[in-house]
Amino acid sequence: MIATALVVFVGGTVWTVVYSFTDSKLLPRLNFVGLEQYERLWATNRWLISIENLLIYGTLSLIFSLVIGFVLAALLDQKIRFENTFRTILLYPFALSFIVTGLVWQWVLNPDFGIQHIVRSLGWESFAFDPLYNADIVIYGLLIAGLWQGTGLIMCLMLAGLRGIDEDIWKAARVDGIPMWRTYIFIVIPMMRPVFITTLVIIASGIVRVYDLVVAQTSGGPGIASEVPAKYVYDKMFLGQNLAQGFAGSTMMLLAVLVVIIPWAYLEFGGKRRPT
Amino acid sequence: MNNPATLSVAVASADVINERSGASAGPRGPRPKRRFSRRNIIIYGTLIVVALYYLLPLYVMVVTSLKGMPEIRVGNVFAPPIEITFEPWVKAWAEACTGLNCEGLSRGFWNSVRILIPSVILSIIIASINGYALANWRFKGADVFFTILIFGAFIPYQVMLYPIVILLRELGLYGSLTGLVMVHTIFGMPILTLLFRNYFTSLPQELFKAARVDGAGFWGIYLRIMVPMSLPIFVVAIILQVTGIWNDFLFGVVYTKPDLYPMTVQLNNIVNSVQGVKEYNVNMAATILTGAVPLIVYFISGKLFVRGIAAGAVKG
Repeated sequence: MIATALVVFVGGTVWTVVYSFTDSKLLPRLNFVGLEQYERLWATNRWLISIENLLIYGTLSLIFSLVIGFVLAALLDQKIRFENTFRTILLYPFALSFIVTGLVWQWVLNPDFGIQHIVRSLGWESFAFDPLYNADIVIYGLLIAGLWQGTGLIMCLMLAGLRGIDEDIWKAARVDGIPMWRTYIFIVIPMMRPVFITTLVIIASGIVRVYDLVVAQTSGGPGIASEVPAKYVYDKMFLGQNLAQGFAGSTMMLLAVLVVIIPWAYLEFGGKRRPT
Repeated sequence: MNNPATLSVAVASADVINERSGASAGPRGPRPKRRFSRRNIIIYGTLIVVALYYLLPLYVMVVTSLKGMPEIRVGNVFAPPIEITFEPWVKAWAEACTGLNCEGLSRGFWNSVRILIPSVILSIIIASINGYALANWRFKGADVFFTILIFGAFIPYQVMLYPIVILLRELGLYGSLTGLVMVHTIFGMPILTLLFRNYFTSLPQELFKAARVDGAGFWGIYLRIMVPMSLPIFVVAIILQVTGIWNDFLFGVVYTKPDLYPMTVQLNNIVNSVQGVKEYNVNMAATILTGAVPLIVYFISGKLFVRGIAAGAVKG
């Protein structure tokens, strides 16, 4: 098993990185051309759009899913009734695949039948909300779907974090007369730092991989307005017969993920390896 | 004479306390009731609105799949069906076309089942043994192995896609279901191993030591002590794997041929095919059918599902 893991995870990764420095086209071959693939990559308009999309999508989905996830968790943590029902409803999209998510939202956002059509038929004739057909806002259409699918998970992680906070902290804050929102912002959130960091890493590494959602919801369209790196990589490797470009792209993705997880892994596992 | 009076006072005051703490649900200190109810309105109001928003797409899916095409063309996506028809469901299951092939989603469904069952069983057996070894047996290179697993859980799959294509081609498994099962097993390993390791670490070490003193070996301890004690975590792992593998798209599209495409890939091909008239009701019926398996797993498993993702994610 160790051997398998080594061969596949480490070997595969190293293999891809090595071949990203070659000029492989249809078949992989070891003819090194230095950084040429990377220069081509960063000169390709489609890649640049992919990166830009990823940055917009990534930043917004990080912020929104953390904020929404935390607020929902805080609301659920108020010892309310029907907590299980609410939680079940908020989390169910997470059980669905990105393909299903993308297709549903493709339909809900359909300008002829969906939200735009409804608002217009209510009398607001000039209302325009067609993210899937408008290159300028298509990424927000993806964001809506992505958030719908993913916030439930964030909420659950946050809720677990909130439940881990000692009840005495709340009592002490209440005795001191600190308003609830201040307790959350100045006491509870700082205490939940590990949870936030872990959540951040999970969201971030998920964002870099985002692929199925785009394929299902927009197929990268209109035009190339909603392309993402993972789709670029797939297309180059399996449709474009331009392997080395795909390898270079995936190496960039790897790099992006490593930048996020190495500091985290170090904090999480390196620092506190105490004998248990 | 005095005693009953004090008693009744005490009982009465106890009642008041009970009532108050009942209102704030729990034995925490009493709260002014008025403020509490206004707060409740805000909390429940927000939650209900959010819950409705989350339910909306599911509602739209169901409603659309029950309408006929003429009705869809005149109405909007939220309108309930005037005339309920199950024809789209039948069509999605048995007749919907992907390219030249018109067998409907059923083929994808059975492919997915044939991928799912061996992948889940294999990955869980392997991962639980790995987790057990990592948690209880110090062996050379355990730390390295552990680090690789953590990285394996986060590394984008795209980096490993092509090397695995080559590997499978060498083994003669490229394009077959066996190959895909292998891929799922391998890629399920990092997160599952971590899950099992965390659980086994939390079991009391004394049990393990006692068993060793009694002469039980590696497999004896695993089979007679660890497995029977950790049924919940096995259920959690099954839930994770079933939903994960069923929902997979990337591996399915890369490592299988069109005949063997899993359900998600086939669904995408049906809905996003460019030929022919778009039949939204059939598309939505197909979407529900594909989402049904993980949804059923989710609704049945309830708390364990939550536990699974919390355990798999937070503890790391």
